[in-house]
Amino acid sequence: MTTYVLLQHYWWFIISLLGAILVFLLFVQGGQGLLYTVGKTPQERNMIVNALGRKWEFTFTTLVTFGGAFFASFPLFYSTSFGGAFYVWMAILLVFVIQAVAYEYRRKPHNFIGERTYDIFLMINGVAGAFLLGVAVGTFFTGANFTVNQLNLANVGGDTTISQWTTPWRGLEALADYRNVMLGLSVLFLSRVLAVQYFMNTIDDKSIAGRSRRHLWFNAVPFVICFVVFLVSLMLSEGWAVNPDSGTISLEKYKYFHNLTAMPVVAGLLLAGILAVLAGIVLGLTNRGGRSIWFSGAGTVATVLALLLLAGYNNTAYYPSLADMQSSLTIYNSSSSEFTLKTMSVISVLIPFVIAYIWYAWRSMNRVKITREEMVSDDHLY
Amino acid sequence: MMLDTAVDFMQVVDWSRAQFAMTAIYHWLFVPLTLGLGFIIAFMETAYYRTGDEFWKRTTKFWMRLFGINFAIGVATGIILEFEFGTNWSNYSHFVGDIFGAPLAVEGIMAFFMESTFIAVMFFGWNKVSKGFHLTATWLTAIGANLSALWILVANGWMQYPVGMTFNLETARNEMTSFWDVLLSPVALNKFFHTVTSAYVLAAVFVVGVSAWFLLKKREQLMARKSMIIASVFGLVSACAAAFSGDRSGVVIAEVQPMKLAAMEALYDGEESAGLTVFGVLKPAEERTGNDEAFYFRFEIPKLLSLMSYRQADAYVAGINDLVNGNPNQGLMSAQEKMDRGRVAIEQLARYRQAKKENDAATMKEVAALFSPDTPQGREFLKNYFRYFGYGYLSSPQDIVPNVSLVFYSFRVMVAAGVFFLFLFAMNLWLLWKRREERYRPWLYVLLWSIPLAYLASQAGWIVAEVGRQPWTIQDLLPTVAAVSRIDSTSVMVTFFIFVALFTTLLIAELMIMTKQIQIGPKNE
Repeated sequence: MTTYVLLQHYWWFIISLLGAILVFLLFVQGGQGLLYTVGKTPQERNMIVNALGRKWEFTFTTLVTFGGAFFASFPLFYSTSFGGAFYVWMAILLVFVIQAVAYEYRRKPHNFIGERTYDIFLMINGVAGAFLLGVAVGTFFTGANFTVNQLNLANVGGDTTISQWTTPWRGLEALADYRNVMLGLSVLFLSRVLAVQYFMNTIDDKSIAGRSRRHLWFNAVPFVICFVVFLVSLMLSEGWAVNPDSGTISLEKYKYFHNLTAMPVVAGLLLAGILAVLAGIVLGLTNRGGRSIWFSGAGTVATVLALLLLAGYNNTAYYPSLADMQSSLTIYNSSSSEFTLKTMSVISVLIPFVIAYIWYAWRSMNRVKITREEMVSDDHLY
Repeated sequence: MMLDTAVDFMQVVDWSRAQFAMTAIYHWLFVPLTLGLGFIIAFMETAYYRTGDEFWKRTTKFWMRLFGINFAIGVATGIILEFEFGTNWSNYSHFVGDIFGAPLAVEGIMAFFMESTFIAVMFFGWNKVSKGFHLTATWLTAIGANLSALWILVANGWMQYPVGMTFNLETARNEMTSFWDVLLSPVALNKFFHTVTSAYVLAAVFVVGVSAWFLLKKREQLMARKSMIIASVFGLVSACAAAFSGDRSGVVIAEVQPMKLAAMEALYDGEESAGLTVFGVLKPAEERTGNDEAFYFRFEIPKLLSLMSYRQADAYVAGINDLVNGNPNQGLMSAQEKMDRGRVAIEQLARYRQAKKENDAATMKEVAALFSPDTPQGREFLKNYFRYFGYGYLSSPQDIVPNVSLVFYSFRVMVAAGVFFLFLFAMNLWLLWKRREERYRPWLYVLLWSIPLAYLASQAGWIVAEVGRQPWTIQDLLPTVAAVSRIDSTSVMVTFFIFVALFTTLLIAELMIMTKQIQIGPKNE
């Protein structure tokens, strides 16, 4: 393996890890979607919003960093997918824009559009944000309708666009593939599972804990069904394989299943991740539900990491083109140059340090649980 | 049919520009206050940490509340900017993603996480973490915000002055060859210092203005006076630094973006010993053909433009007409010549494409040698042809001229406001020292009404920087027409109006909440 290929794998791993952490942090979105389901009184809703409000920026920042890191390491994906699946990405951006202000403004006097509107913003972001991100990631396996020709730049007077989308639906066509929908629903219900586990961990309130446990059932069951449908269909479906020497792309039956067998570590990670999520769910249904978030959270990170590694590793096109197979994006043909990847790899040494201080700050802030009394204090509240 | 497509394409360029400009303008309404107020809060909390005086805690918490209101909408308007590079400017993302993406990624890893982690401690940690940890969190929030500004401004600086890269013929994109050249380019450094120091000025004006309101209302007078002292000192130092970095920027612009300089001065015919127009009223664009016809009237300081741009009172400053038509006496090539040379470079790219399709290895090798900095013909070609690559996409030499009126007036608003703020802070400190502040109520009104002026100046600065460099997304290499995503104009128009409506609603909400919170004032523990 050359240094360049190693760096391409390293950066796909970083992207996958960021994506995995992002899916875990979507518990914030899951919780927003359950705002009026788990919180029955204004005070309970305030407790929920304040519990989530101390974490929403992590999710937001991880999304932004995920985008920035993707841009830096695989710019051709950035230019192809964002410029092509315009409607989907704009919808995702829209629902994240309305989230960012909702926490700070919802209970402030003279907030112009009222607390209820901001709560609706939170719920829209909670449901649509998680679902659409899941659907978008689904296209990593199921493909999208685009062509790529870098030398289109030479078409002076003609169409110079390098990446072209071939359907007028601009990404919305992904909703027509049931596997994308299943992954979208899996992410949505998983985010809600994680959210109620987070409530049990962070909020010191019997009513909320009771309702959280009940909603763990309601969301865990559809999550497991959707995820199993997605996973089985993925294992049975064709995948886009790339010949690393020639760069030629071809269809391969059971490609993702083959990837699992070819990469036992990834298979082990996927299995361990799924078991940890299930263990977290079972634990959440017992009286020791407060710790269940750590099992399900770690399991989520492991599962999503394994799935994204399946999408890009073992000579697989991580963004297959349905319009022109040879335009499919792989970690080889879409990455930044070796110099840029190397430079960023030096900077990525900071990542463990960043994770360490996030962990320290998180632990410091979560030592004291959120209570009803705190909701009437004068401190900064959402 | 062809015409319809061409019209729609030009519309999508304009709508994409409008969408990016709109989101950038909204975002920049909130960012400068975050950058500067973060430090002002940190100064105040440091005073609390050192003295243990509850007055400082109460004061810190008040300004922190305003910081939070502003910060939230800054975040909301910021996320879309990052992704618009991909959604609206997909060719751009490919053509320079190898270089441009890296600062963006570093921004996320280094700055955004620092900011978002410690802001939660800053807001919610008063009773949960130690005083020392809380103070550290406040400082790190401010530093994180400013670090994020550093990286995005490095990226922006690179767009204005692309350095540290080479063109890869195979991938048809520019690739980074020196991270340090990108980070330490004179444009990037000046841009960073000028932008953050002017942001500190805005934040200082905000604190001084709000404090003036409290003095006018005879409420919280001690808090208002002490806040004013901190903000005025911070503002005065920042305004001096902004003036210094602004002066440096002028020198750099003269060297790397002469058209922007000519537009800033509405200088149509280049001249030696060029004077600086302090103020003037421009004639309509169609009547402006030369320096004499450009203005209804103007007030000029002789030789100052030459001196400020080239540090020589008799230096030649190129005008718009020189840059469009060329001026052999001054060694200036015409835009048409640059367009021709750019097309030669693009034709070689097309030749390579054709050769690749036909598996013509000899031609591929020949063209590759032209794009290689390691061969003599490559060095010649890159210097004389590829450097004008972007000109090849332009349809007319006039395309290189930005909107002169907008740049000219914006520049004057920015500079005049900057000079005024220097005077404002100095005067205010003198009055505070003499304890005469409250006796001069009109002065307090001046301070209060300076707040919108600071925002206007801040926006004007960005208009100079960004409108002044049109039509380039990457100076000389990629104009907007070749950088845009192929989307139908209706889609971009629809999203433009959706975001205008949303951002305007949120801006109104922000202003209403902010003014109400100021009226409420600091809360007692």
